[in-house]
Amino acid sequence: MTAAAQAVSDAQVVAKDKERKSRFGRLPLHIAIVGLMVIWLIPTIGLLINSFRPPDAVLNSGWWTAIFAPSQLSLDNYAHVLAQSNIGAQFVNSLFITIPATIIPVLVAAFAAYAFAWMSFPGRNLLFVIVVGLLVVPLQTTLIPILQLYSPKGLNIAGSFLTVWLAHTGYGLPFAIFLLRNFMGGLPKEVFESAAIDGASPVTSFLRLALPMSIPAIAALVIFQFLFVWNDLLVALVFLGSSPQNLPLTVGISNLVTSLGGGWEFLGAAAFISMALPLLVFFALQRYFVRGITGGSVKG
Amino acid sequence: MDPRLVTAIEVVVGVPAVLFLYIILTEQILRPIPDRRRGTLRPWLWLAPALAFLAVFLVYPTIGTIIHSFQNSAGTKFVGLDNFVYFFTSPTTLVALKNNILWVILLTALTVGFGMLIAVLVDRVRYESVAKAVIFLPLAISMVAASVIWTFMFLYRAPGEPQTGTMNAFVGLFGVGPVPWLQVQDFSFNTILLIIVMAWMWTGFCMVIISAALKGISVELLEAARVDGANEWQVFRGIIFPLLLPTLAVVGTTVVITALKAFDIVYVMTGGNFDTQVMAQAMIQQMFVNSNFGRASAVAVVLLLTIIPVMALNIRRFQAQEAIR
Repeated sequence: MTAAAQAVSDAQVVAKDKERKSRFGRLPLHIAIVGLMVIWLIPTIGLLINSFRPPDAVLNSGWWTAIFAPSQLSLDNYAHVLAQSNIGAQFVNSLFITIPATIIPVLVAAFAAYAFAWMSFPGRNLLFVIVVGLLVVPLQTTLIPILQLYSPKGLNIAGSFLTVWLAHTGYGLPFAIFLLRNFMGGLPKEVFESAAIDGASPVTSFLRLALPMSIPAIAALVIFQFLFVWNDLLVALVFLGSSPQNLPLTVGISNLVTSLGGGWEFLGAAAFISMALPLLVFFALQRYFVRGITGGSVKG
Repeated sequence: MDPRLVTAIEVVVGVPAVLFLYIILTEQILRPIPDRRRGTLRPWLWLAPALAFLAVFLVYPTIGTIIHSFQNSAGTKFVGLDNFVYFFTSPTTLVALKNNILWVILLTALTVGFGMLIAVLVDRVRYESVAKAVIFLPLAISMVAASVIWTFMFLYRAPGEPQTGTMNAFVGLFGVGPVPWLQVQDFSFNTILLIIVMAWMWTGFCMVIISAALKGISVELLEAARVDGANEWQVFRGIIFPLLLPTLAVVGTTVVITALKAFDIVYVMTGGNFDTQVMAQAMIQQMFVNSNFGRASAVAVVLLLTIIPVMALNIRRFQAQEAIR
């Protein structure tokens, strides 16, 4: 055992010792953490419980009363919302929008990231700095000219899914290129050099080496872009607003807030339908999600 | 079969196929070109799709918006600085500007402050991952869904009726209210509530990054200080906090940009009424309600100008990071 490792294990013994002695001293710490967790959860739990309660109960008593009368809970509100509103169709629209708007930018960024990481050309660093600079351009600045580009006088695709697929690709690219280039640049140099000596073309190196080795970064990016597009309101509102049949869940629900007013049992059900997929993605791939966030800014 | 489903399948299968085909074809295109030129041309073929998207969807429209901001509502005539004069004299947009400043200051303070506090606290307990998941969860849902959740929290019903909103029921326990939370304009109270909703979502983001940096601080260093008799507060002030500073700067800039671009929560929860408007939402108002593209563009340009210093900072930090790679 090296001296350093010995020191660490000594330190851990000291820490454990301290922990045992101050078990009661740590009570405030646990109260603070659990308190924060409860505060963070209450808003969501309140609406979640109400989404399972009958309308007259929601109108006359608070969600907390259901804790003492759980028998009234049912899935009726979800059935009602799916049958009576466009939520079902809008769920499908959200999928139509999100899947291509995730695949296209990730692939296009992978090509660019590979060129930035493993090919040398004049102006490479300057160009990459410009891409990093574009990270912070507010997408509000781009809306009007793109809307005009899509109008009948331009490409004439206003209101179609293609408009959001293309726009989300453009908006997602700076971050995607940044993340993938940093990851690909960190891959071992020797692998690519020996592949080149063995006569592999850049295409082969990219498809057989760079892409498979970058799976963790690509996974993080896919989750990121998926959540960004699925949760987007502004882009859909501006580019799809003219064709109601193509609207995604976010726009649909924001319209329900105004039209339903007090129908909290239905509004809650609709909101939780929209959250189902992001939450599923979050819980299944939490590790990659966190890595995607930290990978872009903190090393190690 | 739904014709849109056909489109979706075409895009899901077709677009990747086309893109992969493009990359494979680049080598075919390069084959007849002499060796030396091939090396200089190849990277540009790989970059071309990305650069085209960036040019069309970020660079060109930004320039277009700047030009629009000097034109009239329909974009047919140049009007000089009229739109900017309007922006800095109209009470509505000035309130939006004032609110955005409040968003930037308060949101950054709340998310970075709570993010650091929670990261430091959960580092000491065994159920760290569960606690972090709970705080982090709101970031995965849409701001629209978050707005629905919190509009219900702040639900107000006339006195005498049962208060089913959580906040009014809670203050009711102390004999206060009911309070029409989102309509209370004194001291920007309702804007502060909207910022709290955003902080509820973004604290998890700050916590995760700060927590990652915290794990990078060596245990020996902290233990050495403790053995030397430093208490927990001194350890935090003297060692943890200074070592976290660069990370806090990174997290802070991200939150500042988020605060400047805030839109969804205001749009859904108050629609910008009761003096809660912000720049991004004022811009959409000008676009769709007033159909005034000149004024809407001017709002966007002001938004861009406020973000440019952050962008410059971003680039400088990036270059410094590259230098030590």
